[in-house]
Amino acid sequence: MDVKQALRRWATKEGNAYAFLSAYALLFVVFIVVPVLAAFLLSFTFFDTIQLPRWVGLRNYIALLTQDDIFMRYVLPNTIQFAVIVGPGGYALAFFLAWVLAQLPKLPRTIFALILYSPSMTSGVAMAVIWKVLFSGDQTGYLNSLLMQLGLLQEPVQWLQSPQYLMTIMIVVTLWSSMGIGFLAMLAGILEISPELYEAAALDGVNSRWQEIFYITIPSMKPQMLFGAVMAIVGTFQAGAIGVTLSGSNPTPQYAGQLIVNHIEDYGFLRYEMGYAAAVSVVLLLMVLFFTRLSNRLFASE
Amino acid sequence: MKRTWFRSMTGIRNRGMNPQGFHVSQLKFYLLLVPLSLLMLLPIVFIFANAFKPPDELYAYPPRFWVMRPTLKNFQDLFSSMSTSGVPVSRYLFNSVVVTVVTVAASAVVSSLAAFALSKKRFRLKQALFTINTLALMFVPIAVSIPRFLVIEKLGLLDTFWVHVLPVLAMPVGVFLIKQFIDGVPDEIIEAAYMDGASDVRVYWSIILPMIKPAIATIAILTFQAAWNNAETSTLYINQESLKTFVFYLSTLTSSSSGANTVAGQGIAAASALIMFIPNLLIFVIMQSQVMSTMSRSGLK
Repeated sequence: MDVKQALRRWATKEGNAYAFLSAYALLFVVFIVVPVLAAFLLSFTFFDTIQLPRWVGLRNYIALLTQDDIFMRYVLPNTIQFAVIVGPGGYALAFFLAWVLAQLPKLPRTIFALILYSPSMTSGVAMAVIWKVLFSGDQTGYLNSLLMQLGLLQEPVQWLQSPQYLMTIMIVVTLWSSMGIGFLAMLAGILEISPELYEAAALDGVNSRWQEIFYITIPSMKPQMLFGAVMAIVGTFQAGAIGVTLSGSNPTPQYAGQLIVNHIEDYGFLRYEMGYAAAVSVVLLLMVLFFTRLSNRLFASE
Repeated sequence: MKRTWFRSMTGIRNRGMNPQGFHVSQLKFYLLLVPLSLLMLLPIVFIFANAFKPPDELYAYPPRFWVMRPTLKNFQDLFSSMSTSGVPVSRYLFNSVVVTVVTVAASAVVSSLAAFALSKKRFRLKQALFTINTLALMFVPIAVSIPRFLVIEKLGLLDTFWVHVLPVLAMPVGVFLIKQFIDGVPDEIIEAAYMDGASDVRVYWSIILPMIKPAIATIAILTFQAAWNNAETSTLYINQESLKTFVFYLSTLTSSSSGANTVAGQGIAAASALIMFIPNLLIFVIMQSQVMSTMSRSGLK
């Protein structure tokens, strides 16, 4: 009787809250929590999707660190190069542009913000059409044609198929589309800062633009800076498919644009070594976690 | 009000942050932004130009950026063409529209219900659940596409309409942004409504929802982009051609294995790319002021 009553009291007091949450919570568990846990568990198994997973302990991780030549020689360095330039680079660029935009009146600010944001609305798949024409390997490609007319090139370059150019193009294309919602959040954050703060600081002897940014602007909008950082990190790792989209093949030519995400796909969906692919996924999730912790350190309020 | 008064009194209205009008000191920013914006715009202008080019201009040598004799031929070709498996293009487009509309509507409801509870209801796990959701902001779906595939297979969702919709609904950033916005709704209004005997559903429907329209608009845009641009679902979880979406059809045009290099293929691909982009642009332009007011509360503490 007591239990029943307690339950009923709980249901009237808190039940509604859980009812409101239920639909989202269910989807959250099914499509986020379970896959992450499953990736973690699978990473300790051998699983080829035909037989049941077989427990192999740390063997996948050991193989990844000691035997996976492609991972060590191409995938990891590529991922780090791509992530370091696109992540902090894109983030700093987004902050800088937001800071510049905040110093314009509303109408021009809105127009420029729309222009800078619009590339992030495009999908990788749709833009592949455009990049393929612009970077086309024969003389009808726009970049080739332009460079040849300027006399900078003698003959057309296979931009998207050349190992030495693919990574650069991937980085440029990703930076181009990286002014997303993190950028909008930082712009809104800068605009929210009370002007009195700047005036008070000026009286206290803050006189250069740099001092203003580091002593006032950034400290007053740490929450937005952190949100922007998380969005930048996620966006960077999520953008990993771009090399395959641009070159049209997985693996990319001589693994030049192979990122960790492509490596997962390569093992998971092309070779059906799900256990091994799961171990690579866990490494990727740990990388994201590490970078997020790092930005937390930098921008945590208090 | 106080802020504008203070600034007009100190005479710095048009300098520094959020100026009210033009000032010479802003010139340097225009000098930077105008060339940069033009550069950023080039590929987008190119989507428009290419979609209207007749075949001889698409293959002209030397290639010309702008279209000289615009034509609708690419769009006619697109809609009269079929995929290699015999599904008409209009079917893919229809699927995309239905999937996107259903996903956006469902996401607005699911996310705002959860956000209401996380913001205004009192219950024991509130703080813990919100922290978990915040942690999930850094979730990278592409990293766990394999276990996701296994989950979806076990649930029998492969080759169904719902596999397009349900995974997109688990969007932590959506719940996060709406929750932050609802935090700004004064508790007094809600308390007063409860005093008058309003139920939770009533408070959610008649008080919260009308006050958080900007946040709903923002989520609608984010969900729209996630659903409309999502080629992965069709590639990984759908085998039946008639259930795949338009962006998937476009990806078959550009992959190196199929006939993207044929003369008709390029024009069709260009027209498709434009069709993919236009709705994104329109929706954002219409809702941009709502997005900005949501973003000012997006801080992560």
